[in-house]
Amino acid sequence: MTDHGMFGAPGTGDTSGFGGLVRVSHNQGSSERPYGGYFDEVADELERAFPEFRDAIEKVVVDRGELTLHINRDRLVDVSRKLRDTETLRFEMCMGVNGVHYPEDKGRELHAIYPLLSLTHNRRIRLEVSVPESDPHIPSLVEVWGGNNWHERETWDMFGIIFDGHPGLTRILMPDDWPGHPQRKDYPLGGIPVEYKGATVPDPSNRRSYR
Amino acid sequence: MTYDAYASSQETTEGRVYSVTGGDWDSLSTEIGATKEERVVVNMGPQHPSTHGVLRLVLELEGETVTEARAGIGYLHTGIEKNSEFKTWTQATTYVTRMDYLAPIFNETAYCLGVEKLLGITNDVPERATVIRVLMMELNRISSHMVALGTGALELGALTPMLFAFRERERVLDMFEMASGLRMNMAYVRPGGVAQDLPADGISKIRQLVKDLRRDFKDNEKLLVGNTIWMKRTQGIGYLDLAGCTTLGITGPILRATGLAWDLRKVQPYCGYEDYQFDIPTVNTCDVYGRFIIRMNELEESLRIIEQACDKLEKLQGAPVMVADKKIAWPAQLSVGRDGMGNSLDHIREIMGESMEALIHHFKIVTEGFRVPAGQVYSAIESPRGEIGVHLVSDGGTRPYRLHFREPSFNNLQSVSAMCEGSMIADVIGAVASIDPVMGGVDR
Repeated sequence: MTDHGMFGAPGTGDTSGFGGLVRVSHNQGSSERPYGGYFDEVADELERAFPEFRDAIEKVVVDRGELTLHINRDRLVDVSRKLRDTETLRFEMCMGVNGVHYPEDKGRELHAIYPLLSLTHNRRIRLEVSVPESDPHIPSLVEVWGGNNWHERETWDMFGIIFDGHPGLTRILMPDDWPGHPQRKDYPLGGIPVEYKGATVPDPSNRRSYR
Repeated sequence: MTYDAYASSQETTEGRVYSVTGGDWDSLSTEIGATKEERVVVNMGPQHPSTHGVLRLVLELEGETVTEARAGIGYLHTGIEKNSEFKTWTQATTYVTRMDYLAPIFNETAYCLGVEKLLGITNDVPERATVIRVLMMELNRISSHMVALGTGALELGALTPMLFAFRERERVLDMFEMASGLRMNMAYVRPGGVAQDLPADGISKIRQLVKDLRRDFKDNEKLLVGNTIWMKRTQGIGYLDLAGCTTLGITGPILRATGLAWDLRKVQPYCGYEDYQFDIPTVNTCDVYGRFIIRMNELEESLRIIEQACDKLEKLQGAPVMVADKKIAWPAQLSVGRDGMGNSLDHIREIMGESMEALIHHFKIVTEGFRVPAGQVYSAIESPRGEIGVHLVSDGGTRPYRLHFREPSFNNLQSVSAMCEGSMIADVIGAVASIDPVMGGVDR
């Protein structure tokens, strides 16, 4: 991701020079082994199950004591079943799915993140799937974890990610006829400018603010 | 037939459909008697006194039996997640506290633990702040369970337990008011600590409250536990076993009513819960009565934790309640006034009259906020309704890039179909009450 300037809205009269700043927040690369703790056991087991590891699991990231497996969307259901059913893994619960929109990450703008929980082994890991905005399809995991039903509907509603195979992918929070997907970054927050005597404070999306 | 504004009917491909509103159903009942089939779809809610807020249940009935139950939500969607992306990390606390409005301290704590993890300051949060968080969370668990029990009983026709439950809840809210100036949505827990230390007589007031509550919880216990009518309305109702809970991702009292002692305070301790002595109540009945018993027993466990927290706080008298790093800590020393938490006059005097640097610092951190290193975390704690998980993404800026709450109410409400299909319509009320959904949390 790249950020230009210190202020949210461009084009304002900036005389400080800070507006010229360009910040690049690094995209995390794959972590190196050993990952530490039970993360290695999970990775070993998955490597045994998927000899073509790179084909199913694109990247393994360990950050702030949490393990994230970046999964190829074509293999998502296979990997999920393996994670749920293998005795040494046993991730019985999926705590839902959450979308994130990275408009700058070209070709993989939409991310879906699944936090998993194992009651048997008392472990947590996270799956991440990224898809392009032009082809926002991810296979549904409702067959594997039934509780993902509403979560996938919410992610469709908010981000426009289409979960193929979902039993009834309809909007859940917004009205049925709502246009657009509100949590995308190109969707403005809205609001009305507040007028004071002789001055106007613009709505939050267009207001000058620190980044 | 004659036209009836309250009971019109129309022909569809599926046969004749009657739409009924209002109360004058005379013409409809004569007409419906003529057809053989009895397939009735009832819209219960979103404005219905026993659906816990604006929840809409679509029930397909065969006589008194529910053949299909679907929940419709979204009537309280306020866009808190989107709004928070336009606030600084500290300001967002005031937004997340409004999600599950019966358990605001849990929303705040889960969020703040996430922010602290992103900042890498989890171990720098002062111990006194952590103990105050635990104290507040357990008080909040009591006030939340009180609403669950009180409204649950009320909806099944028992009025008196509600009066006792709300009396207890009021006393707990008085403690919140004492500490933060506000009874609900306090934004009391902040990234790095808590907004304000307890007042000097705070501990003694809380100790008195614990004594009173322990005595007065018995009022409800005597009314409901073992009460034949109450047991007939709740036992064997809203059945959901362990397999159902795991596939639907259900946590909290519903999961513990299947006999599994899964409580994040014990299995994945946070905020130093490993240093407290308490038990996890379980039953293995999988029904509404079991969930009720678990909530009743958790009240006593919360009281035990509160007492231990009070002991700890007495030893930590005068210790800081906010992280030492001035680049993160909120600069204003706040004070509780008659209308809530506000500026401390001493602080105003200092920045306006004595120290220019303090004024600059105050201005910078309040308007600009602090930067949080890029990355993502998931932080989960045990709320009164189950696992409340916060997924936070930072792009290295002063505002959350993405903030998502995995709300237990939202997730658990999915079990309505599993619990209610095949049961009597009157038992739907008990089943929904035992899920204890809070619509502010469901819709966010």
